[in-house]
Amino acid sequence: MERYFNPEIECADPSVLKEIQNERLVKTVKRVYENVPYYRAKMEASGITPEDIKSVDDLHKLPFVTKDDLREAYPYGLLAAPLSDCVRIQSTSGTTGKRVIAFYTQNDIDMWDTCCARAIVAAGGTKDDVVQVSYGYGLFTGGPGLNGGSHKLGSLTVPTSSGNTDRQIQLMCDLGSTILCCTPSYAEYLAESINEHGRRDDIKLKAGIFGAEAWSEEMRHDIEQKLGIKAYDIYGLTEICGPGVSFECSAQTGMHINEDNFIAEIINPNTGEVLPEGEKGELVFTCISKEAFPLIRYRTRDICVLKREKCSCGRTLIKMAKPMGRSDDMLIIRGVNVFPSQIETVLLNNGYEANYQIIVDRVNFSDTLEVVVEMTPEIFSDTVKHISAKEKELVAALKNMLGLSAKVTLVAPKTIARSEGKAVRIIDKRKI
Amino acid sequence: MTIKQVSVFVENRVGTLQEIMSLLASNNINLRAMSIADTADFGVLRLICDDPFRAQKLLEAEKCIVTINEVLGVALPDRPGTLENVLKILADNGYGLEYVYAFITHNQENAYIILRIEEVEENEKAEELLKANGIIVLNTCDVCQYSAE
Ligand SMILES: [Zn+2]
Repeated sequence: MERYFNPEIECADPSVLKEIQNERLVKTVKRVYENVPYYRAKMEASGITPEDIKSVDDLHKLPFVTKDDLREAYPYGLLAAPLSDCVRIQSTSGTTGKRVIAFYTQNDIDMWDTCCARAIVAAGGTKDDVVQVSYGYGLFTGGPGLNGGSHKLGSLTVPTSSGNTDRQIQLMCDLGSTILCCTPSYAEYLAESINEHGRRDDIKLKAGIFGAEAWSEEMRHDIEQKLGIKAYDIYGLTEICGPGVSFECSAQTGMHINEDNFIAEIINPNTGEVLPEGEKGELVFTCISKEAFPLIRYRTRDICVLKREKCSCGRTLIKMAKPMGRSDDMLIIRGVNVFPSQIETVLLNNGYEANYQIIVDRVNFSDTLEVVVEMTPEIFSDTVKHISAKEKELVAALKNMLGLSAKVTLVAPKTIARSEGKAVRIIDKRKI
Repeated sequence: MTIKQVSVFVENRVGTLQEIMSLLASNNINLRAMSIADTADFGVLRLICDDPFRAQKLLEAEKCIVTINEVLGVALPDRPGTLENVLKILADNGYGLEYVYAFITHNQENAYIILRIEEVEENEKAEELLKANGIIVLNTCDVCQYSAE
């Protein structure tokens, strides 16, 4: 039987949810206008006053907030509550430019914990479960988020943090952990270690909540099989709160967004125009219940699809698909949206390194896509026939994923140019 | 006793073959035979040399992708029809061929041929079969010695 942490919200009639959103949005917009000079200036520049925002239907009138705004306002410029009311900060690793610092009041932490508690319950968790949190603790939101959710639910929380795999496995066996929370890649690593140590029969795991990085369905099945669990996805970003912005249910067909706290929109990343439900575009979030750091129309750069449908789990909260890539590096080839992350997934699933180059060109008025990938010892053979067969498999897998034919070129290892450790992935030769 | 063949992935780029040859020569690796299979994008360079494992190490240190595998080597009397005879024996017994190449030695009487059958795991059986039919089968040492004569 499906359980809910907050059935009155999670299974609410959409009209009830919309009422909650209307009220909270109006309040939040008024608050940031009054308390945050940065927001006031942005709204004034767009000719908007809080009075123009009467409901969610007016949301599109508000200007977007981007990563550039966060950079410009760093660190306190977007703070909407007195610093003395704030009790915590979390931060991103800041791989692209300066790090982001998000502030939380105690109410913000409670809201975040509630979101994560909903995720744990959706994964079958109760207060009788033992929740092992193997996400990193510290500035990173993964550990603190799921830790808070587990506390809120009343489960026994095992805050192992990441790393020290032998101790993880030991505690998992000794305490009979039933739910594992970590990144999917660490779950994969743990699963392999558990099987290598021959301890598969000593663990009591039934579910895993895995997020904070991209993972494929293949990886899900692999982890589920190796650990004998059901693996659930969870989504979040530090700017909005951390994990728990949305979470997967038993249907495993998308993540329910905690709409009483976050309003999601999908926009055309080039024009900023709001797209109808079901269309692919950039995911935008507006925080409507946060006090300290309520971002308004924050452009996540994640490319995604929203779908409101009656879910088999009983929840009415809108669902988002697993993000398909980043709008920053979206390519349009022969009219098809292509994301390097999709190509990366295919390469990894086919035994290649995630070092590749995408060359897009236009020949005789038609776009061409070439994927240059480094040869690996596993794929190499003394016969051209075997290598060609592998190459054909890759071409077919790319076609399957992208809906486009790509030419694959195999090059010698370590020949793809890297800048600051990362490969220069996209070469667009089209003169448009 | 099969022969160890070194295969190297070579990109279609000017000078790659020369770079590999220069590396092996400067390290006193003596080549006995060589063949290249190429596609539009890349080639597979196959080498028979006097020290396959040292060649592999040297090449891998230069970030080359290298694999060593077993191939059959036969010494055939240098007259018409002898190769055809070997191919017929293999075909009659259901062995498919991936590739064949020959190499020249100072030995005037015999021609040396490298054969790569599809079923690598059946190398030994195929060898026994050839021997039973009176064919001289070579191993790595033979190749080195014969060709060094
Ligand atoms: Zn559901």
